[in-house]
Amino acid sequence: MTRFVKSPKEVASGFLLVLLAAFFAWQAMDLPMGRAIRMGPGYFPMILAGLLGFLGLIVLLTGLTLHPVAEEDKAQEIGLRRWPWVPLGMVTLAVVVFGLGIRPLGLGPSMGLAVFLSTLASRKFRLTTALLSSAIMVAFSWAVFIKGLGLPLPMLGPWLGGY
Amino acid sequence: MEIFDNLALGFSVAVTFQNIFYCFIGVLLGTLIGVLPGLGPVPTIAMLLPITFGLPPVSALIMLSGIYYGAQYGGSTTAILINLPGESSSVVTAIDGYQMARQGRAGAALATAALGSFFAGSVATFLLAVFAPPLADLALKFGPPEYFALMVLGLVASVALASGSVVKALAMVVLGILLGLSGQDVYTGTPRFTFDMLELADGVEFVALAMGVFGIGEIVRNLEDEHTRTVLVQKVKGLLLTKDDIKRILGPILRGTFLGSFLGILPGGGAILSSFSAYSIEKKISRHPEQFGKGAIEGVAGPEAANNAGAQTSFIPMLTLGIPSNPVMALMIGALIIQGIVPGPNVVNEQPNLFWGIIASMWIGNFMLVVLNLPLIGIWVRLLTVPYHILFPLIVGFCCIGVYSVNNNAIDVYTMALFGVVGYVLVKLDCEPAPLLLGFIIGPMLEEYLRRAMLISRGDPTVFFTRPISATMLGLAMLALIIVLLPSVRKKREEAFQE
Repeated sequence: MTRFVKSPKEVASGFLLVLLAAFFAWQAMDLPMGRAIRMGPGYFPMILAGLLGFLGLIVLLTGLTLHPVAEEDKAQEIGLRRWPWVPLGMVTLAVVVFGLGIRPLGLGPSMGLAVFLSTLASRKFRLTTALLSSAIMVAFSWAVFIKGLGLPLPMLGPWLGGY
Repeated sequence: MEIFDNLALGFSVAVTFQNIFYCFIGVLLGTLIGVLPGLGPVPTIAMLLPITFGLPPVSALIMLSGIYYGAQYGGSTTAILINLPGESSSVVTAIDGYQMARQGRAGAALATAALGSFFAGSVATFLLAVFAPPLADLALKFGPPEYFALMVLGLVASVALASGSVVKALAMVVLGILLGLSGQDVYTGTPRFTFDMLELADGVEFVALAMGVFGIGEIVRNLEDEHTRTVLVQKVKGLLLTKDDIKRILGPILRGTFLGSFLGILPGGGAILSSFSAYSIEKKISRHPEQFGKGAIEGVAGPEAANNAGAQTSFIPMLTLGIPSNPVMALMIGALIIQGIVPGPNVVNEQPNLFWGIIASMWIGNFMLVVLNLPLIGIWVRLLTVPYHILFPLIVGFCCIGVYSVNNNAIDVYTMALFGVVGYVLVKLDCEPAPLLLGFIIGPMLEEYLRRAMLISRGDPTVFFTRPISATMLGLAMLALIIVLLPSVRKKREEAFQE
């Protein structure tokens, strides 16, 4: 099977685009279509979803070949195993934790947590520098965003005795 | 002369203490992020967007523009000194600039880059002042079909001029438009793609999308292969150019300036394309092409002039038509909208203070950059010794608070996390995310003009082809697409981008 795949990257992106197109089309189905003269909210999205699906199909097909290839082009491999899963996961987690914590915990703790979690994404993690970075960022964001710009954010949220 | 009156007005706005201060902050920050690899103008401007809420519109725009053209200056410094382009537009500068530095001529290379950029920036700003108002007047005569056609042409041109697969780039544009349509429909108030979540009623937040794709996604990409940067900096001395040098750089600077000014106006052009084209032109017409790559001063002068000119003139379509030609301009439009200003041809006439103030500030800013860069090179270089593993957690922190403060809404933070992953996956699949951002910004306008045009024409789609201006623009868009898809051109294009 894989012999007919000339470029896994193209096939994967084509597949992804078609999937996204289907998703948007499915979401747009519930919207009133209207007619060309007075387009409803669903008219233009539906056209775009169709166009996206068509483009995705082209990308998908260009990645396939009828003439079986012996060897794959190295540059076209996706190389999932070599993806930086730890950094990707840690940085994303740090951002999500910030979002979860900002209301109940306040700016200080959630900023500290987010910065600390991101330092874990690097292979050069050291506890002392990580704690130092977090502390500096907490102090800095307090000085700039709360004192300087006057953002309506509590340093400590209601869970920690703030308001 | 009306233009001098206008410029006088501009300078009266730009030369207030407050605006000079924000201009200075802008170019300083721009140089800083230009020097630091892995942090470009797009995430920086996205991070600062929320802060600009509290500023008057002119000051906000002056500061944000300063970041953009300041980054072009800063990027070349590191390219020359340590062969590490801080910005993608200074990749070509590294080729000959670093060789010059190795031959002990770092000072001459830096001076060439700074003077070339300053000259190009001044000329391009003048062109902006001359051509923008008539263009805006012309645009005022446009009806909905013309606007629709113009946007299609802009999007197609940005795809055609970008590197990589055309079909994928088109798909990214379409995906961007679809994402841009999320939120309440302007005519009926029907929520679209909101999954019945009240927080998404205003649609996907632009700042969250931009910061996710270009900030968070970029960080993960930089963490892919962490290696220690060894910074060996030659001592910089002899900033003065010899007579021979000056003779050699005059031509390239002039050619680079005009090439860059022209390419900057085109959507998708801007600084990167300008510098690449300037380099290949200089190499082609040079009497000593064999010197290129071995420290030819022309190879620094041309591209440096071109990237700065391109950065400057890419403001023309943004300020006159409200159409962004690159992601940075898309963010500028975002900044204008935040300030309650509708970007478009009316800005020139209704907000002359804003328009001419920005233009005048560009001169001041370019001058500041020369003063700032040449004597302070030592400090910038020392900044490079800050390792990335210390830097990036701080950037993550800034992104978080920046995106949260836009609406004080945690959903934007999650959106940013999601688009960080999306951005990384797209880059891994060789799908350029820049067209996605352009589509996102233009999407809602595109739909509005399409609906208006169809309403006027009573549902007749031929309206786009019976009105001459709109037909010409759609024809050009078609032509551009056909040309880049032709097999012979496709091959040449790939070669050109590989160089």
